[in-house]
Amino acid sequence: MIHLTIDHQPVCVEEGTTILEAARKANISIPTLCYHEDQQVKAVCRICVVEVEGMAQLPTACSTPAAEGMVVHTASPKVLKARKNILSLIFARHPQNCLACQKSGQCELQKVAQDVGIYKPATFDLELRATPDDNSSPSVRRNHQKCILCMRCVDVCEKIQGLHVMDKENRGFHSIVTTPYGKKLVDTNCVNCGQCIQACPTGALTIQDDRENIYHEMEKGKVLVVQVAPSVRVNLAEALGEAPGTVSTGRLVTALKRLGFRYVFDSDFSADLTIMEEGTELLRRLKGEGPLPMITSCCPAWVKYCETYAPDYTKHLSTAKSPQQMFGALIKTCFAEKEKVDPESICSVSIMPCTAKKFECKRPELADSGYQDVDYALTVQELARLIQTAGICFADLPDTPFDDPFGLGSGAGLIFGATGGVMEAALRTVHTVVTGRPMEKLEYLPVRGFEGIKSAEVDLDGTVVKVAVAHGLKNAKLLLDEIKAGKSEYHFIEIMACPGGCIGGGGNAPRTWKKVEARKKAIYEAEKELPVRQSHENPAIKWIYDNYLGEPNSHLAHKLLHTTYRNRQDLLR
Amino acid sequence: MMEELHVLLKNRDVIDPTSAQAYVDAGGYQGLRRALSLSPKEIIEEVRRSGLRGRGGAGFPTYRKMEFTSQAEDPVRYIVCNADEGEPGTNKDRILLSTDPCAVFEGMAIAARSVDAHVGFIYLRAEYSYLMPILEAALKSSKELGYIGKDILGSGFDFEIKFRSGAGAYVCGEETALFESIEGKRGEPRFRPPFPSIRGLFGKPTMLNNVETLANLPHILKNGAEWYRSIGTENSPGTKLFTVCGNVNRRGIFEFPMGINLKELIYDVCGGVPDGRQLLAVQTGGTSGAIINADQIDMTLDIDSVSASGGRLGCGTILVIDDSNCVVDIVLNNLDFFREESCGKCTPCREGGTQLYNLVRRISEGHGTVQDLENIESLAWTLRTTSLCGLGHSTAVPVLTSIQNFRDAYLRHIDKDFCPVCAQEGGHRK
Repeated sequence: MIHLTIDHQPVCVEEGTTILEAARKANISIPTLCYHEDQQVKAVCRICVVEVEGMAQLPTACSTPAAEGMVVHTASPKVLKARKNILSLIFARHPQNCLACQKSGQCELQKVAQDVGIYKPATFDLELRATPDDNSSPSVRRNHQKCILCMRCVDVCEKIQGLHVMDKENRGFHSIVTTPYGKKLVDTNCVNCGQCIQACPTGALTIQDDRENIYHEMEKGKVLVVQVAPSVRVNLAEALGEAPGTVSTGRLVTALKRLGFRYVFDSDFSADLTIMEEGTELLRRLKGEGPLPMITSCCPAWVKYCETYAPDYTKHLSTAKSPQQMFGALIKTCFAEKEKVDPESICSVSIMPCTAKKFECKRPELADSGYQDVDYALTVQELARLIQTAGICFADLPDTPFDDPFGLGSGAGLIFGATGGVMEAALRTVHTVVTGRPMEKLEYLPVRGFEGIKSAEVDLDGTVVKVAVAHGLKNAKLLLDEIKAGKSEYHFIEIMACPGGCIGGGGNAPRTWKKVEARKKAIYEAEKELPVRQSHENPAIKWIYDNYLGEPNSHLAHKLLHTTYRNRQDLLR
Repeated sequence: MMEELHVLLKNRDVIDPTSAQAYVDAGGYQGLRRALSLSPKEIIEEVRRSGLRGRGGAGFPTYRKMEFTSQAEDPVRYIVCNADEGEPGTNKDRILLSTDPCAVFEGMAIAARSVDAHVGFIYLRAEYSYLMPILEAALKSSKELGYIGKDILGSGFDFEIKFRSGAGAYVCGEETALFESIEGKRGEPRFRPPFPSIRGLFGKPTMLNNVETLANLPHILKNGAEWYRSIGTENSPGTKLFTVCGNVNRRGIFEFPMGINLKELIYDVCGGVPDGRQLLAVQTGGTSGAIINADQIDMTLDIDSVSASGGRLGCGTILVIDDSNCVVDIVLNNLDFFREESCGKCTPCREGGTQLYNLVRRISEGHGTVQDLENIESLAWTLRTTSLCGLGHSTAVPVLTSIQNFRDAYLRHIDKDFCPVCAQEGGHRK
């Protein structure tokens, strides 16, 4: 143990602890910008400098290990003077109109400026970068002027996703974080996962905002039909300031109704549908109809990754659409017919934890209903802003159930939100279909948790099915490389691009592993409470097959619920 | 007139630099021969007693680096020779490498022996790539004679030397940025700790030394620590290569014992300021050094005395400035260099370098205020104390020392008085 003094308080920490961690332990918060608790220490913004007695320089708290007998001052006049100067330097390159920024109120730079006490315009010459904004991507907006070169986005894109879409270019004052050759994001290998937005402390990377479009559709008098993804119910309350892991299913429906959405449906239902279709496909592939391993196709970022990096292997992807797109196809067909609504007048919206869903819903081939199946995908963050704008006090809302007929989802559908969830849900149904009886214990623990790649073997009365689950594209690449080398021993693989699965998605409130852990706990707790926990037992699923689709993988199901993939290798050129 | 003492330069223009045999005939590789007969501990002890300090800038005791590296846990270690001589106006390493490269190889081999490293890299400044034929020929020749390579002189000790070069960035002379560059990455410094002696090149314990430091090692091992200590001063033993440039009659590289007088160096050795001009200022240690005025030059040139003046002896560059120049203009020129060479990694240096330049330029153009001068001091202090690496720290040195020693020059510009250099017409920069 190491004993040191921070701001006149004696602190005792373990060896290897940094000054920053030691100070947090003593309830002293040192401002940071480039520091992110899930990432490697970078020590580039220099905002966390502290004074250590006996040192001529002011070391950064994030990178300097605490040492025995160290005497640290985290807010001495010297430190504050340095911090103010560094902040002034940052603000001399940063637009001064915080009001006109999507990140205002949630911006780490703004918060640090308030804490340090910058109330004046920058002391130094203001010089904004002239590089134009990049709004080309359907998911991510880039504003170079707001970038403070903390390198957090580069870190996550390179180390977690293995994509390295952006990095630093030029030197010194002219440094910018940008794509190779300054290409538009849409022309790069970006898969729209939005993890960079999660990492960005300022408004340099933001979600492509579709809120205005929703208001437009409302003005046009469209019938707003909305579906809510499984993980949204554990993420929305957090985005509105409540504790991570707060479940708000009922309040969420109430809020959507008050916002003017006529029908509020649950994507848990279409997740169940996905299990039916994908599970049936898996059984067929196991019998030799199609290549193994079969890989899930729920995650649009993963699908784009596969189309870009391994277009020859998209045959391994399940042809089943993602739950969002299955639902979209049904809303403008089955639902429109049943409710006698002109599909033309329907505006189909989805609430997603995901920025890549914005890209997915715009894919031209996903229009099997005769119209674009899903018109807009809104992220949790955008919905939270819609709720705030409408003056809805979310914390005090009463509960409302989802609408019929697609408002009922099973527990299997709900756990789609966490990594391993699709696998667990599929195994529950496949086990019953093959063996005729449900799994002894529905909770299948080997595929739960945040390990990068999880694998398991399931014995279905003699048929051993080997499965693997990966989250984060860097892990996915390992499994993909095995397939490419012909060495993959698995039958079924689940891949989610975002670390932790959808609960760690790019459209949520800014993540840390601790928060994602709380969300995971919440989603599994909520699942336990549900009356139906297997997809095939969901009455709504039974109803739709009996009354509309026929049976899983039927002709109509194939038309509406399955899709094709394309080659995007050109993006790598 | 003071006599030069040639220890490091003794082979300059005397032997064929590409021939290891010629080097051996002139007494070379005897230090390595002795080092191979000693244990690593004994080599380090010898270097400790010699009092050798780094010649690259910081003046860190060389034996300490050896000690730290030799005590590191990881058994794979590297020696790196920093030949990225980027400091404007400095040429000493070029002279050493082009006239006596074998001395550098020998120094590296001795250093390698002391820390049990088997691979050494010479990181050669990109602009010096024309030296490669000489270096490669000298290395080949040394290998043929068995002084470098496998089983050196039958001792069982292996040591390879490899050459690497960057793309010409000044910051790659900073040790950790140099490592990044050798690793093939963008040349940006790393934060410390961990120090290079624990985690350096390729994440392994690494001892990095300047060319001149390494060139000292053969002489220390050959002649002994006592001999070495008899040269120079108590705290800075040995000789030092000085590059004198600027407004003096005799410019060039001179080798003197540490502790010679700066005034004597300028006036006696280099013949003073030409054309009947007066001495205005001297910048010691290159662009990153302190700017002192003519009254302060009666000082001894050793590592500690120069540090006391607010700068550092650094690489031993003496820039002599006569009164046809303006200090504000010189500082502006320095800052222009630093803002161009900042790598852009940390905020103070990336943004602060340019803002300092803007502030000083405003003053030089006659638009400055006393408030600007205060902002300059505050900002320069911030760079000095919070930057990630030495580049940011040294950006502030010429600014702070010039304001201290030439405050009147700044005030003259603020008052819009006539400055023949900065503002020839009506208070505006030409």
